[in-house]
Amino acid sequence: MRTLYRFHGGIHPEEHKLESSEAPARRAPLPKKLILPLHQHIGNGAKVAVQVGDKVLKGQMLASAQGMISAAIHAPTSGSVTAIAQHPVPHPSGLDGLCIHLESDGEDRWIERAALDFRAMPKPELLDRLRDAGIVGLGGATFPTHVKYGLPSGQRIDTLVINGAECEPWITTDDRLMREHADGIVRGIEVLRHLSGAGEVLVGIEDNKPQAITAMRAACAGSDIEVVAVPTLYPSGGEKQLIRILTGKEVPSGGRPTNIGVACNNVATAYAIHRFVDHGEPMISRLVTVTGNVRTPMNVEVLIGTPLTEVVECAEALPGTTGYILGGPMMGLEVDDLHLPAVKSTNCIIAKSAQLFPPPPPAMPCIRCTRCAQVCPADLQPQELHWFSKAKNFGKTQEYHLFDCIECGACAYVCPSHIPLVQYFRFAKSEIWQREHEQQAAEIARERHEFRMFRQEREKQEKAERLAQKEKAAQAAKPAVATPLPVAAAANADPDDTLQMRVDADIARANMQLRIDAAAARAKEQAAAAQPKNIDALTPQQQAEIAEIEARRAKLREIASDAGADDEPPKQI
Amino acid sequence: MISALWVMIGISLVLGAVLGYSAIRFKVEGNPLVEKIDAVLPQTQCGQCGYPGCKPYAEAIAKGEADINLCPPGGEEGIHKLAELLGVEFKPFGEGKGPRAKAVAFIDENTCIGCTLCLQACPVDAIVGAAKQMHTIVASECTGCELCVEPCPVDCISMQAIPEDISTWKWPYPVFAIAPVRNNPQKAEAS
Ligand code: SF4
Ligand code: SF4
Ligand code: SF4
Ligand code: SF4
Repeated sequence: MRTLYRFHGGIHPEEHKLESSEAPARRAPLPKKLILPLHQHIGNGAKVAVQVGDKVLKGQMLASAQGMISAAIHAPTSGSVTAIAQHPVPHPSGLDGLCIHLESDGEDRWIERAALDFRAMPKPELLDRLRDAGIVGLGGATFPTHVKYGLPSGQRIDTLVINGAECEPWITTDDRLMREHADGIVRGIEVLRHLSGAGEVLVGIEDNKPQAITAMRAACAGSDIEVVAVPTLYPSGGEKQLIRILTGKEVPSGGRPTNIGVACNNVATAYAIHRFVDHGEPMISRLVTVTGNVRTPMNVEVLIGTPLTEVVECAEALPGTTGYILGGPMMGLEVDDLHLPAVKSTNCIIAKSAQLFPPPPPAMPCIRCTRCAQVCPADLQPQELHWFSKAKNFGKTQEYHLFDCIECGACAYVCPSHIPLVQYFRFAKSEIWQREHEQQAAEIARERHEFRMFRQEREKQEKAERLAQKEKAAQAAKPAVATPLPVAAAANADPDDTLQMRVDADIARANMQLRIDAAAARAKEQAAAAQPKNIDALTPQQQAEIAEIEARRAKLREIASDAGADDEPPKQI
Repeated sequence: MISALWVMIGISLVLGAVLGYSAIRFKVEGNPLVEKIDAVLPQTQCGQCGYPGCKPYAEAIAKGEADINLCPPGGEEGIHKLAELLGVEFKPFGEGKGPRAKAVAFIDENTCIGCTLCLQACPVDAIVGAAKQMHTIVASECTGCELCVEPCPVDCISMQAIPEDISTWKWPYPVFAIAPVRNNPQKAEAS
């Protein structure tokens, strides 16, 4: 028996899992119209790879990954692209995001699919394939999976933790997935193990899911994957918390699990990897729990992009529904209206009613009872964080490790003053991010401004130098036309003025002609110099030529500077 | 008593020597206050403060020649920071001198005649173009200082507000309606 460790704090909210966990998962009917936001993962949004009017097949890539941290988006069914336009997306701002609008043709025709032999493939290529299959973490953060395993050299992973804890109340997608597709999950875990090179693989499942534990143990029989039942305690499914429970290791503040040699992935992510590696299916669907104030709470397999109204219809919202929660009641997002598409992070829709979710009592001032600090799984001091966020003293919040807060809501759950603590923390975090962003922008602006001033100064100098040099060239070429240039002998930094003033028109014209010739020659020389970029493959002859030209230029420069410095009459070349 | 006095005098002489030596040995080059003030200013380089850029304004503040409430791009936030840095009272913006909404310049590329005047005005080199070529603005580098608007002879530069989108959205400050305390009707009846 493995020794389990405890994380600090934790709470026991009402579970409400049985409502939806017992019925087998169903498949939602094929939607007529799908909306696919380009930004469904952490990092850069995907780059559109189709055009309006294009006919696409199920599983075809619609948008490709862009930049380091990003993932691709695929067509969840066959049909045609009707628009690439703004549409409301599930986001706390309630703002619109750019989405690909797809109209299904009802045929659900796949592109060609092929299984991958992942063991025969070099690791970087496999990671690229995962990126192009749009595989992101389904545990909630939607962090692109390939980024997690593209480790900097020197970092090793000893332990792979697979997260099946599913600690949020109401949500049962991972539970159902483990009961119904344990074999597929284990196949996906094998791919992750191959990627991470981990020696030890641990699957953590809360002990309120006995059937899931049994199913996973059966699927893992004969392999060295260990399925561990962990005590039910919210938030044991937090990445850092589960790692702590299973390995006793503490992820450092501001660090990632990979810093301590651990990688963590959700069971649903493992299953998605299995679908891709063994069946060639990119990430185009996921399980969603529909529960709360509905007739038949259940889990539904939903194509990404399905309007949430259609997802809820599967379970029939009952009268008295006052709104919806996307995600769980602890960390989810409250929305009034469901004209939003399902995205890769949509794991649950809870229909709210006044009985199930009575409106919270009004917030009262903090009485500094420190109950919040007792339950905080990140071992923070929420009462202090609240105090400083409220006062907008952001420097202090960072001193109190605001960024270690996982926004689990345990503190707000126990607060006797009903203070929406997490809202304060989110506010403070986004303010700090914005400030950092502005600071960076100011820094860049300062640099650019300073560089501009430096450039202007340099240009001024170069111009003066050029003028002096030009003058020298004119002087040098003078005897060839045999036109005396009496004044030019007094060449100085500002020869134009002196010439203009003292020389008669003839000489000036001749001089001008000389300059134009010199400029043309120089332009020719420059053009010749600008053309070859391939200076690394030169013949000895060319090199000799270059050396010769360089010598001539050096001589010219020397003459110019000599003359400039001493006001000597120009020498002949 | 006398010996105590000697000890104190001795200590003060030694410390004085150390201080005097370190003042010479560790002399700070340049004016650190100007750098600190400049670090707080938004570096928009717009000249709205009446100085030809942020650094000159910082120098003027350091010399005590300028007020701390002259920089609109910095916002009230910036005045607070300056007040804190200099240990003076916060001072609100003068009438009608407050900050404007964030914007970036936009060149109507069909009207641009390629005169390069805006290019020379931009303090952060955010405009690309060449003589007689169409010019355009690198929006990510534009600080919104509006210095390029005025010089354009064909008035083809306009300032466009940056709309709030998901990437720039911020969580709002939590605001709650204060529920009035209602008398409990049962209690009211009983009393
Ligand atoms: S639980 Fe609420 S009232 Fe108690 S210290 Fe924390 S924030 Fe304050
Ligand atoms: S929301 Fe943050 S501060 Fe509150 S209990 Fe969770 S981790 Fe701690
Ligand atoms: S007003 Fe403009 S130039 Fe002056 S300090 Fe502020 S940003 Fe810089
Ligand atoms: S483009 Fe115009 S508004 Fe933008 S920084 Fe340059 S001068 Fe200022």
